[in-house]
Amino acid sequence: MRILSGCEALREGLRDALRRDKTVFLLGEDIGAYGGAFGVTRGLLAEFGPDRVRDTPISEAGFTGMAIGAALAGSRPVVEIMFMDFILLAFDQLANMAAKARYVFGAPWTCPLVIRTPAGGGRGYGPTHSQSLEALFARVPGLKVVAPSTPADAKTLLDAAIRDPNPVLFVEHKLLYSLRGPAPARTPSRREPLGKARVVRRGRDVTLVAWSWMTELARRAARELAATGIEAEVIDVRTLAPLDEETIQASVRKTGRLTIVEEGCRTGGFAAEIGFRVFEHAFDSLDGPLRRVTCPDVPISAAPALEHAALPSVRAIVQAAAALVRE
Amino acid sequence: MSELDELAAYRLMLTIRYFEEKVEALFAQGLVHGTAHAAIGQEAVAVGACLAMRPGRDCVTSTHRGHGHALACGADANRIMAELFGKAAGYSGGRGGSQLMTDPALGYWGSNGITGGGIPVATGAALSFKMRRQRRVALCFFGDGASNQGVFHESLNMAALWKLPAVYICENNRYAMSMPVEKAMTVSGVAARAAAYGMPGETADGNDAAAVYRAVSAAIARARRGDGPALIECMTYRLSGHSRGDPRVYRTREEEAEWRRRDPIRRWRARLRRENRLSADEDRRLRGEARACVRAAVAFARRSPEPDPATLEEGVFA
Repeated sequence: MRILSGCEALREGLRDALRRDKTVFLLGEDIGAYGGAFGVTRGLLAEFGPDRVRDTPISEAGFTGMAIGAALAGSRPVVEIMFMDFILLAFDQLANMAAKARYVFGAPWTCPLVIRTPAGGGRGYGPTHSQSLEALFARVPGLKVVAPSTPADAKTLLDAAIRDPNPVLFVEHKLLYSLRGPAPARTPSRREPLGKARVVRRGRDVTLVAWSWMTELARRAARELAATGIEAEVIDVRTLAPLDEETIQASVRKTGRLTIVEEGCRTGGFAAEIGFRVFEHAFDSLDGPLRRVTCPDVPISAAPALEHAALPSVRAIVQAAAALVRE
Repeated sequence: MSELDELAAYRLMLTIRYFEEKVEALFAQGLVHGTAHAAIGQEAVAVGACLAMRPGRDCVTSTHRGHGHALACGADANRIMAELFGKAAGYSGGRGGSQLMTDPALGYWGSNGITGGGIPVATGAALSFKMRRQRRVALCFFGDGASNQGVFHESLNMAALWKLPAVYICENNRYAMSMPVEKAMTVSGVAARAAAYGMPGETADGNDAAAVYRAVSAAIARARRGDGPALIECMTYRLSGHSRGDPRVYRTREEEAEWRRRDPIRRWRARLRRENRLSADEDRRLRGEARACVRAAVAFARRSPEPDPATLEEGVFA
C-alpha cells in the first residue's frame, strides 16, 4: 500500500465514488475552486465540473436539507460542512428529517446521504471551530456516525458510507488530514462494513477504547505503557453508530480493565455510553473501575495553553490506564 | 395548459372538507388521540395546485396541515384515516400520525412536523431532478409562518441561483397558529419576498381552485422548460382552529364570518350551478360520494389492527 495523508486518502475516496456512480455529487461551501477549507476536494472541480462539485452559499441548514431531498429523489449527495461546529445549523434537518424518513415513511424511501465534516481541536481555532460533537448525533436513531483514525480507514469507510442507503455523519478529525499512513490504491472488492471496530494493538493488561484522533493518542499511549511493562489493547471504535459492542466486550473480558478516551466533553459523552454498556454486559469481567479521559465540561479555548489543558493527552491516557492496572 | 376538471376539483374539495370535519368530530369524541391540523377553508389551494401536477412524475412536499394535500394528490382516504387512528394500515403504519405520511407512487412526499421543514427537501428534490435531466418538477406547500424560517430564505435563494424546477406555494391563511401575518412581517405579503431572490412572485386567490390551478400550472410549465422556480402566494383562510383545542382568541367571529362568505367550496358550487355545469342531482350525488368515502375511511380505520409493538425497533435503518 502507498503512503498517503488522510486528506489525500479522502480525496481519492471521493474521486472514486464520483467516477463509479453518476448519482454521487458533492456540495458545500468553498469545495470547488478553493478545494475545501482543508483541501480535501482540491482538483475535483476540474475533473467533475461545477454541477457535481457544487459550491453553495453559506446556508448549512438549507443545503443539508436539500441534500436530504436529493437523496430521497435517488441521488447520492456528499455534503461538506466546513467545521463540525457549523453542523448545529443543520441539526434539525439531520435529526428530524434524514434520520426519521426511513423509520416513519418506510420502504421504498431511503436517504443515502453522507455529511463529511472536520472536527476536533489541536489547531487553536477556538470555541466555535474546535468541537467534537459526534456524541450528539450518535444518540439520534437513524443516523450512522463514522469517525476514522487512519488514512486507510478514511478511504475505505468513506466508500462504505457513500454506498450505504442511510444518512451517515462522517467525522474527519482535522489532525487526520496531515497524518500519513498506508492507504489502498483501490477500494477493496470486499467492502468494509460500517459498524465494525478494529483492534489496533493487542494487549492483555488494559483496554483503551477510542475513535477518531483519540485512537492515535491511545496508540501512542500504549507504546509508552509498554515501556513500563503494561500491555494495552487499543480498540478503534470507527463507527459510533452502529456500535460494535462485541469487539469492546471481548477485549474487556480479556483485560478486565477499561479506559475510554473521548475528545468531546464529559457529560453525556459517548464514553459514558460505551462504559455503561460494558457495565451492563461485561460487569463480571471487570477487575476495577472504569476510567475515561475526556475534555472537561468547558468550551475549547483559542489560547494554546488552555486548549492543551482541555484536550485529552497521551500523558493523561497513560496515567489513567497505569493507575487502573496498579490499583 | 390543460383545463381544470371542475367536477373532479369539486369532488376532491368536498372530500377534504368532509374528511377534516370528521377528523375534528373524532377528536371531540376522543376516538382519535394526539394532534391534527384541519385544512377547512383551504381546500381550493390543495386541489388547484395538486391537479396541476403531472401524476407519477412531479412531487410535492406538504406541511403539518397535510390531509388535504394528500387527498388532492389522490391519496387513499382509508390509509390517511388509519394513520390518524394509529393503525398498522395507515400510510406510515401509525409511526407518523397526522403530520407524517407519504405516498411516493403519487408523488406525495409527505407532510412535515417541522414548520418549513419541507422547503429544503422539495428544493433538493428539484436539484436532483435537474441534475439527472428528468424533467420533473417539485412543488412545495408551506404557510405564511414558515416563510419566516431561515430555510425558506436559504432554499429559495439556492433554487433561484441554480434555476431549479421548483414551485413554492404559500398558503397564506392569515395566521401562524395565533400570530397574524402583519405582526410577523413588514412587507405586504409573502409573494413580495420573491423579488429578493430574483424569482417571479405572484399572488393568487387561494379560495378559487381555478385561479390556483392557472398560476401553479404556469409556474410548473415554466419550471419544466428550465426557466427556474416561482413563488405563488395563495390568499386563503383557515376556517377551523389551528388544531384541536384552539379557542381562536386571536381573531374575531366577524372576521371568520366574512371569510365564511368566501368559502371556496360554496363559491365553486354556486358558480357551477349558475353556469349550468352542475345539476342539483349531480351535486347531491357528488356530496353523497364524498361523504361515503369518509364514512368508509372511518370504518376501515376502526377495524384495522394496531401496529404490533414487536415491530418497534424494526426499520430504523434501510
